[in-house]
Amino acid sequence: MSVDLRRPTGVEPGWPAVSFEDRMGTVDFRIAGRAHIVVDDEVCRSCTTRECVTACPANLFVPTANGGILFNYEQCFECGTCYLICNNEGAISWAYPEGGHGVVFRRS
Amino acid sequence: MAERFDVVVVGAGPAGAAAGLVLARAGRSVCIVERGLFPGAKNVYGGVVYPRILESIVPRWWEEAPVQRFITRRSTMVMTATQALTVDYRTAAWGSPPYNGVTALRPEWDRWMAGHAERAGAVVLCSTVATGLLRDGARVVGVRTDRAEGELEAQLVVACDGVNSFLAKEAGLYPEVDTDHVTLGVKEVLHLPKEEIDRRFAVTGREGVDIEILGATRGVPGGGFLYTNYDTLSVGVILQLSALGRSGRRPEEFVAELKEHPGIAPLVAEAELKEYSAHLIPEGGYDTMPRLVTDGMLVAGDAACMTLAAGIWLEGVNLAVGAGIAAAETAIEALGRGDVSAAGLAGYRRRLESGFVLVNHAKLRSVPSLVLSDRMQFRYPGMMCALAEAIFTVGDPEPKPGLRRIFRRALSGAGVRLRHLLRDTLVAIRSFG
Repeated sequence: MSVDLRRPTGVEPGWPAVSFEDRMGTVDFRIAGRAHIVVDDEVCRSCTTRECVTACPANLFVPTANGGILFNYEQCFECGTCYLICNNEGAISWAYPEGGHGVVFRRS
Repeated sequence: MAERFDVVVVGAGPAGAAAGLVLARAGRSVCIVERGLFPGAKNVYGGVVYPRILESIVPRWWEEAPVQRFITRRSTMVMTATQALTVDYRTAAWGSPPYNGVTALRPEWDRWMAGHAERAGAVVLCSTVATGLLRDGARVVGVRTDRAEGELEAQLVVACDGVNSFLAKEAGLYPEVDTDHVTLGVKEVLHLPKEEIDRRFAVTGREGVDIEILGATRGVPGGGFLYTNYDTLSVGVILQLSALGRSGRRPEEFVAELKEHPGIAPLVAEAELKEYSAHLIPEGGYDTMPRLVTDGMLVAGDAACMTLAAGIWLEGVNLAVGAGIAAAETAIEALGRGDVSAAGLAGYRRRLESGFVLVNHAKLRSVPSLVLSDRMQFRYPGMMCALAEAIFTVGDPEPKPGLRRIFRRALSGAGVRLRHLLRDTLVAIRSFG
């Protein structure tokens, strides 16, 4: 049997297992009363690629059982990934949240 | 009644703060509009600033700037899943004035820079979104904001509104944005005690380490980074947006994978996640920049694709500051002459082209594509690691192979053709040479 070289360093592969909720919990958001991103569910139904679902770093796009997309604007980084990779004209209407609202980075 | 200023600057990042500072010092009335709760609240970057350009507007900046650590050790790492080849450079020279790179946190850094503009007389209007341009015919004459009675009239607008720059797009300065030239940066800030960081990274006091990584983002062109702050680490990846979308993988998985790499895991082990963040980066360089002026408006910083992603040089804040200064100087000149038309603002490009901002960008224009190319991303890291492994393996009782044979084997093992390697080397020599 070979020697497990990783053990003596005290480094456990997989450390630390942070859930996505805990990950997002480290970010400060001032939630605006009005959504700054609007997704047209009708357009999404005809989309076959759905790249927004995996690429959004905040994981805000959720496919629904009826083939549409559910979108939650509240924990948005305001990065712009979704509207730039979206193939379907008119599916995502994207603007900045009202001034002083949205994400507040503290340590970036 | 709309408020009236000589210049409205949109965005209180490094470009906007530098522009506002220079304009205010010249006695111009200037308003900097910032959508965040404070300057820097919306901003994310890897974590290293090269502040030498600041010397011209804030002499002896190091005595007051919110620096986390001064970089005295710079590593460039090329990796595969199980290998890593590192060029590690350390110098005491970067630990004293005028310094080289420093790590800093944007909420602190941008607030500090905007504070200088404010003390010079600029009005910094936070929590305010510039929602669109005010026009008189084709000429830009101010911005609309999301405040009540929120029109801000100006003789000139300087758009420093970041990578998504809706103002530059509204003004028609942008061609179609190509997602091959935009990357998504995802980053974790991790806490460790300061002394533990010193031990793991072999530095003392305020010395810091900058590690740039190629080959860390398997399947998607990009790169990795690991920087030391005072008592936190910044670790993350940048991912080509088009390829990330096609990959069907989630961005944070790439960061997790990097943190588990045998060359990185011991450095970040047991560090506590303090903040997760993400931001887009305009990486295309010179060939993807928009037009920089139109009647009544100038564009600077990320809004003008001024981030330099040239492999061994990864810069942004310094170029934004340089462009902000050039925009302000051009504005002062144009306002003095009373000609703020695109022709009257032509000095902006001339200034940038005779300084480091566009000289560097023009010279390195083919590098961003080369860095994100398939060979650079998915073949050369394996080839370089195979070369190192073959050279440093003592294969007794087999006699040592000659270097030529090792080289041939490394190439074919990584699926690299010699003529492609030579062609890429030539492009690199032409650009960097």
